[in-house]
Order: sequence, then structure tokens, then C-alpha cells
Amino acid sequence: MSVMNIIQAVHSALDSELARDPDVVVFGEDVGRFGGVFRATDGLQAKYGEDRVFDTPLSEAGIVGTAIGMAAYGMRPVPEIQFADFIYPAFDQIVNEMAKMRYRSGGRIGQPVTIRTPVGGGIRGGHYHSQSPEAYFAHTPGLKVVCPSNPYDAKGLLISAIRDDDPVLFLEPKRVYRAARGEVPDEPYTLPLGKAARVAEGEHVTVLTYGATVHEALKAAEIARGEGLALDVLDLRSLVPLDEEAILESVARTGRVVIVHEAPRNCGFGAELAARIAEKALLHLECPIERVAGFDTPFPYTLEMDYLPDAKRIVAAARRAFSY
Amino acid sequence: MPRTLQVREALNEALAEEMERDERVFVMGEEVGHYQGAYKVTRGLLERFGPRRVWDTPINEGGFAGIGIGAAMVGLRPVIEFMTFNFSLVAFDQIVNNAAKIRQMSAGRLSVPIVFRGGGGAARMLAAQHSQATEPYYAHVPGLKVVVPSTPAEYKGLLKASIRDDNPVVFIESELMYGAKGEVPDGEYVIPLGVADVKRPGTDCTVVSWGRILHTALEAAEVLAKEHGIECEVVDPRTLRPLDEQAIFASVRKTNRCVVVHEGWRYGGVGAEVVDRVQSSCFDWLDAPVERVCNVDVPQPYARELEELVLPSVERVVDAVRRASYR
Amino acid sequence: MPPEENPTAPAHDAPHPALPEGAIRLLNPDGTLVPGAQAPMGREEAVRLYEAMRRQRILDERMLVLQRQGRIGFYGAAQGEEAAVFASAAALRPTDWVVPALRQAGILLMRGLPLYEYLCQLLGNADDVTRGRQMPCHPEGSRFHYLTMSSCIATQVPHATGLALAAKKKGRDDVAVGYTGDGATSEGDFHAGLVMAAALRAPAVFVVQNNQWSISVPVSRQSAARNLASRARATGIPSALVDGNDAFAVYDATRRAVERARSGGGPSLIEAYTYRMGAHTTSDDPSRYRDEGVTAAWRPLDPVDRLRRWLERAGLWTGEREEALSQGWVQEIKEVWARAEAVPRPGVDSLFEDVFRAPTGEIVEQRDALRAHVERFGSASDEAH
Repeated sequence: MSVMNIIQAVHSALDSELARDPDVVVFGEDVGRFGGVFRATDGLQAKYGEDRVFDTPLSEAGIVGTAIGMAAYGMRPVPEIQFADFIYPAFDQIVNEMAKMRYRSGGRIGQPVTIRTPVGGGIRGGHYHSQSPEAYFAHTPGLKVVCPSNPYDAKGLLISAIRDDDPVLFLEPKRVYRAARGEVPDEPYTLPLGKAARVAEGEHVTVLTYGATVHEALKAAEIARGEGLALDVLDLRSLVPLDEEAILESVARTGRVVIVHEAPRNCGFGAELAARIAEKALLHLECPIERVAGFDTPFPYTLEMDYLPDAKRIVAAARRAFSY
Repeated sequence: MPRTLQVREALNEALAEEMERDERVFVMGEEVGHYQGAYKVTRGLLERFGPRRVWDTPINEGGFAGIGIGAAMVGLRPVIEFMTFNFSLVAFDQIVNNAAKIRQMSAGRLSVPIVFRGGGGAARMLAAQHSQATEPYYAHVPGLKVVVPSTPAEYKGLLKASIRDDNPVVFIESELMYGAKGEVPDGEYVIPLGVADVKRPGTDCTVVSWGRILHTALEAAEVLAKEHGIECEVVDPRTLRPLDEQAIFASVRKTNRCVVVHEGWRYGGVGAEVVDRVQSSCFDWLDAPVERVCNVDVPQPYARELEELVLPSVERVVDAVRRASYR
Repeated sequence: MPPEENPTAPAHDAPHPALPEGAIRLLNPDGTLVPGAQAPMGREEAVRLYEAMRRQRILDERMLVLQRQGRIGFYGAAQGEEAAVFASAAALRPTDWVVPALRQAGILLMRGLPLYEYLCQLLGNADDVTRGRQMPCHPEGSRFHYLTMSSCIATQVPHATGLALAAKKKGRDDVAVGYTGDGATSEGDFHAGLVMAAALRAPAVFVVQNNQWSISVPVSRQSAARNLASRARATGIPSALVDGNDAFAVYDATRRAVERARSGGGPSLIEAYTYRMGAHTTSDDPSRYRDEGVTAAWRPLDPVDRLRRWLERAGLWTGEREEALSQGWVQEIKEVWARAEAVPRPGVDSLFEDVFRAPTGEIVEQRDALRAHVERFGSASDEAH
């Protein structure tokens, strides 16, 4: 056991998978010699050689497209897109090629690719270093979408993602890259994709979230507890596959739901969560489902903390739900 | 006297009228000039307006979307045709990271009055990479408007409004509807963006639907009325962003039930947004869970028979409305 | 101010069948070798190559007829481009990967794919390994080291780079060959694939089949460069421009490029200068936008006839053999087609397979719902027929 932050946990997962499986390769812009702009691949090139951990030209479509070809040949590429904001030049490769290859090949060609990319705001990154693009990928059949909130989950989920035979978008919440710390086993371990974690227990209001906003939800749970309001906070950990069972179980107990994410609200992933609950648990609901999300604007620079859902907005939504 | 026109003719009229009206409007895309468009929407425009205003481009969606955005920033009004909207995914970064954000990034000093138009959705046996309903990708993006018309008259009126709009508009047509006919009013008219239309009045269940599949919903409404005595009110938002939610709410508050029917995948689709808004704002009026009838969550298959199974059908809509009505 | 007239668009004329400056030719249209040239392959190999090309020509002609009869939904033929397709593929080992564009599916037949599988794919029936999911001409051939084609333009170029790079990293000396047409060289992904291959020294070969037309747009409107081989230069990849209707020139250039890649010399690009003798696909009518007189002027340059003339001069081919090949193949196509056409459509459940290795919850839910729905109401597909 060591105390690690998320970057160290990601590093540890990459290290263990590079050691375990010669087909795992790690590449992207600045990941080799420099060790990644967030240092997630620090020292891996020195340890595993330039053949397995390497720098690429500045070409996201090229990086993902190359990963698709390598996976078709039988490797397990783990490409990095330096910021999720830059993933769109590779959007067609991800949505039209990677996501559909298994289907198009009648199951003959899998795509065991894990695209790692830092997401979300809170680092003063402005429009283009702050976006949360999960909704686009969660909507696309054939892609799995994973977003950890803490070092322990980050390592276990990343190892599972790399070993998974389907393509995984592994979204790393960069706001808590270093802030979230915790004990992490030094040896490899896996966590199943598609299992939520209950990170706070309560009977009044269910809070559903993932990634960096899990920490805001936990703060909210503490504030609410002071007011006698008990929040049941689920960290979804994976958006595809989704742990619907855990969600419905919690909603059946509380009858009230607050959904929290950073991405803009309109057609955000929260809409899918709300719609599923409204479809399957309407008769358990005591009040409308609340969504606390990023606003429907481009991501701001100066006012980013006002843009991001925080504990106060979550508590306010929980209060609205509770007093409906 | 209204005339009967095909969708492609209605679109062609809209383009010609706006090009006539405003010298800044021009058309660009693959095969839009000499070939007159893969679906003949731009027929005659090159001849009439000349090569200055009708540009054939190389195959590079990111390139010509970007050129259009640049031209729009300096005051032109480009209408960009994607041969199919699937190909817009290659230009996704230009649309999401540039067109949608430039107004805000420039503090309103620059605007991008551009229309991205082309056929989306099932196109009859064109399979996974030519059949996607891309509207959910765009409806999630702040700064874009998203229009999905359903009749020839609306194709024309909404395209004209989109061209005149000062914001980037994603105008998604149906590849299967270019030959569909309908009445189109004579003379000048525009249909404002963001205003829904009640396509069929009813009292028992609200059906929210748009685009080509709206016609499936309307067909289902007839079956429901005849065979089950359920009168559906079919509301067509016409614009998915901005969404005329008040029109939807008004209907749901009357019928107390709602079914959303659309083309495209269900998981994280635009229907989810509609359902959430309805449950949020009509919670106390709802007598049943809000249902969604969408494509099943798989890539679009090629085979005709499988393709039909993936798409919402009259029977699936009928089923969902009956479930929502407990009948 | 309105835009200026598009300055890069020259007159909309179709290109004349003259060989472009700097293009390599070994075999003249009359079947003689150009002075000083030698046949780059063995005699038996040349016969096999010819047979593959001729079979493709016959198959395409037959499939176009079936498409017109409404028995196939779509077809993209290789007419006029057989040398570019088959002579390049002939220079490969069976374990070298082929990453095709629209017109290379015949390579699979050359590599041993049973005709039955090929035809089932065109029909999208229950015996198609992809169960009717893909448009015709998109066969799956991974067991023959052939990646299923993507309908998207140029997206396959970085895939070829990736396959090549993976081979290198796994310590094998396989090469990957990525095919595109001329129009694809305008796409960002084409350049992305080349840039990656060059910088990472991937053992890849890129074959640009310049058939002069991207549907209706001539190459002169696709590029202001003198030729498309020059597209490679900026990325640091050597390139060759060859007569794409000359099977020997195509084969020789590919062999050199493959040898170079296999021995660690990095990627290369070959532009095969040819002509699309037919429509882009069956969804297209070229008479509406091009001068078919020019097409007729290309006919004497036909790649299949050209190779046959050489074989005949070399005493390797006769009218009788031609007749036997043609009749045997037509008969085989007829018989296999009859078998394939009788196969029913795929079952509804197949829709939900292969989205993921194991289906996720919502997919199971939707599969069960559709199954129940079809049991109750029948399949919408029945009505479609």
C-alpha cells in the first residue's frame, strides 16, 4: 500500500500493464521522453523502451487511427489524448471506426484500445483545456466510458479498461489529479466496469455523479448532514456500462434524485440518467429529478468556479428536492 | 395557391431565394456545383449564380467547414453542404470548437452566421457509417442551433430562417425525404427557429416527435385513434436547440402522458433531454412514465430488413402509447 | 464582399489518357515491353495475376447486372483499375495486411476467400459473417489479413500505419498496404496517416489509385499539385508515380516499396495513374458530368487486355484458355449466386451482437423488447419485402 494521487495511480496501472502484457503500448503527444504533460507516463519510456512508450506527431486522428490499426493486429494500445478538448479531430476515428469495428467485422476484429484523456475544468484552462465530452461517447454504441474519481478506482478501473476487449474512453478528472489522494495497493488489481460505488449513505436524496464532482457531492453530503438531510451519493465510475441496478435501488429508497456533472446540461449525460429513472422508477419519485450541471455555454476562464457544479449548488438542489 | 413540391425542390427554392435576396449567401460543398448536389438540392444554382457563389470543394470536410467558418466571421453567409451528415463528424472539431464558440470567444465581436446542412439518419441500406442521426452530438453543444424539419413547407421556411440567423445552425435533413412531396405556400415566408408545431391535436397522450420519423408517429396516432380510441397530440419541436419546451409542457399538462419518438440511438439521445424536461416541469401532471421510442442502440445495419427493425415503427409507437395510457 | 471565383478550380474537363510526366511504364498498351524493361515477375505468377484480374472484370460485370435487377443494393466496381488493385496485391505475402478502399475487395478472392462468402456479403444474408450489417463491397477478411473497408474516406490510412507499426513492434516483418483513391488524398486523415507512418517509420505502403474522379470531381479540382505522389514528399515519405494500367509497373513499384518497408526502410507511397472506366458506384451516372468520349479514349489502355497481350506474345495464353477461364468462372458465379441468394436474411438477434464483446444492459433490454415485439407483431422487415 502506498498513498498516491490519481496521476500516480494511473502511472502505476500503466506500469503494471506494460510489465504484464507485451502487447500493451503507450503513446501520444509528449508521453515518451517527457513523461506526459501531467507526468502520468513519467519514466515509463526509460523503463520499457521507446518501442513501447513513444512520442507521436501532433495528430489526434493519426494517434487514434494508428491505435485502431495496432489493435486490429492484436495489440492493446493505450493512446493518450493530451486534453479531451483536442479529441474532436479524432472524433470520426473514434465514433465511426473504433466503435463500429467489432460490429462491422462480425466480431472478428476487436478494438482493445483504451484512450486516456484528462477531462474537466478547475485548472484555469479556459475553453480548450476544460471540456467534458462524455455525452458524445456515451451516446455511441460500441464505446465504453469510464471516469474515476479517486486513486484507488483510477488504478483498478484503468487496469480493467486496458484488459477489456472493447474500446474504452478513460476520462481522467484533471481537477483532482493531485488533490485526490488515498491508499492504493502497489500490486495490480481490477475493478469491474459498470459497478457504481456508494460513497455516502443516506435515506433522503440520491445524488448521482462521477469524476471530479464526486468530491463536491461528498462536501455537499457533509453540509446537508448538518441540516439533517442525508444524501445517498453514488459514484457511477462508468457511464457505459451503467450500474442501473444500484441507481434504481437507491431511488427506490429515497424517492428523490439530484444528478451532477460538469458538462453542459442540454443533452448531457444527466439527461439519460434522468430519463431512465423517470421511465423505470416514476412511481417511486416524490419530486422531479434535479440536474446540477455545467451551463450551456462554452467553458469560461475567469468564472470557471461559478460554472462548475459545487457543493452549494448540490445542497440547494437537494433541499429543493426534499422540500417539494 | 400552395404548390406541391418535393423536399429537394423546397430546399432548392429556399437557397435560390436567399441567394437572390442576399449577396453574402453562398453555397459550398462536395459536388454541389457541376453535379448539382448528391441529392440534387443545389440543382441549377451554379448556372444561375455562377462559380463565385457555388463552390465545389475537394473531399475535406474539416477543410471546407473551416473555410466556411472563416468566411462567416468576415461577413459572408455560407451554406455548407455535407453530402451526408455522417461526414460532418470529420469536421466535428471545426463545428464544436470553432463555429460554436467564436461568438463568445470574441465577446460578440465576431459571429458565425453559417448553415451546415445535409441528410442525416437512415438512408436506406447505407449501413453503419452513412446512417447515423447525428443531432444529439450537436444538440449538446452550446452555441449551436439544431433544426430537424419534417415537411417540405418547413424544410423551406426553416432553411430560410437558418440562413438569416446570425448563429451557426446545424440543419439536418432526411436522406429518405428528398423526394417526399407536400404543399408549399406561394410567396415569401420564413418559419422562426425555436417554435414547435402541433401536427395533430389530441387529448389523451402527447407524442413528441420530429424529422422523418414524425410521419411514423402520425401514422401510429391514426391507428391509436381508430383501433384503441386513444387521441394523441403530436407535437413537432422542429428545432431541437433551442427547444420549444413550453409547447411540449402545455400539451403534457393537458394529456398527462408523454411518449417521445425519434430516430437515432436512445442512450443519451435528444429524447433523454425531452423526457427529463417533461418530468422536471410536468411532474405533478404525469400519470405515467414518459416513454421513449428510438433506434435500438446498435450501429445501423445494412440489410433492408434489419434496418427496418432498428428504426422506430408504427407498432412500437402504438405499443408505447398504450403502455403510457395503461390501455 | 462576395467571394472571388474559386481560383483553384480549372476548367471542368476530363483528363486525357496521356501518361503524366515522370510516370513509370514497363508494359506498352500493345503488350510489348518498353525498351530496356524486363518482366518483373515469373511467368506462372503473371498468368495467375492475369486470371485474377480477368475474373474480377467478369465478376464486376455480372454483379452490376444483378444490381440493376435490384438483387444487390449497391456495387462499386474496379473496372479499368484491375492492374492497380491486383498487381500491387500480388507483390505481397499472404500475411501482409491489406487495408482497402472501395475497389479492392477482389484481393480477398485472390487470397482465397470463397466466392460464396463474397456473394453472401453482397446480399447481406444470414451466411454473411457480418450478418447484413454492412453495405456491399465491405467484406470482412481478417483471416486473410484484409481489414474490412470503411465507407468513410481516408480514415483507413492511419489504420494501415497502425497495423504496420504493430507488426514492427511485435518483431514480425509483415507490411501493411493502405489503399485510397485520389479524392482521399485531400482528407486530413490521409495526411495524419502519412505523418505518423513517416515519423514512426512504420513498414507501410500507401497505394493511391488515382482514377481521376471522386464521384463527379476531377482530380484537377481535388489538387493543384502536378501529381498526387508529391503529397508524400512533405511528410518525408518517398513516392513513385506509375502507369496504373500497367500491371508490371504497379507490381514492380509495390515490390520495391514492400521490400524497403520489410527491411526497416520505412514507408513509401505509390500513385497508380489509372482511370475509372465505369460509374463511381451503382448510385452514380457519370454521363451527366463527364465526357464519355474521353472514357472511350482510355479503352485501348485497358490493363487486363494489356497483360493478356503480353502473355499471348510470350506464349503463355491462348484464346482457348481465355474461353475456358471465362466460361468456368461465369458458371461458378451463377451456381454460387443461386446458393447465396437462397439464404434467408439474418435473425433479429444478430442486430445486437458484436456491439461489445458481451452486450451491455441496455442492449440486452432492447434485444428482449424487440424479440417480444417481433413475436407479437411480426417483423417490420416482412413488410419491407
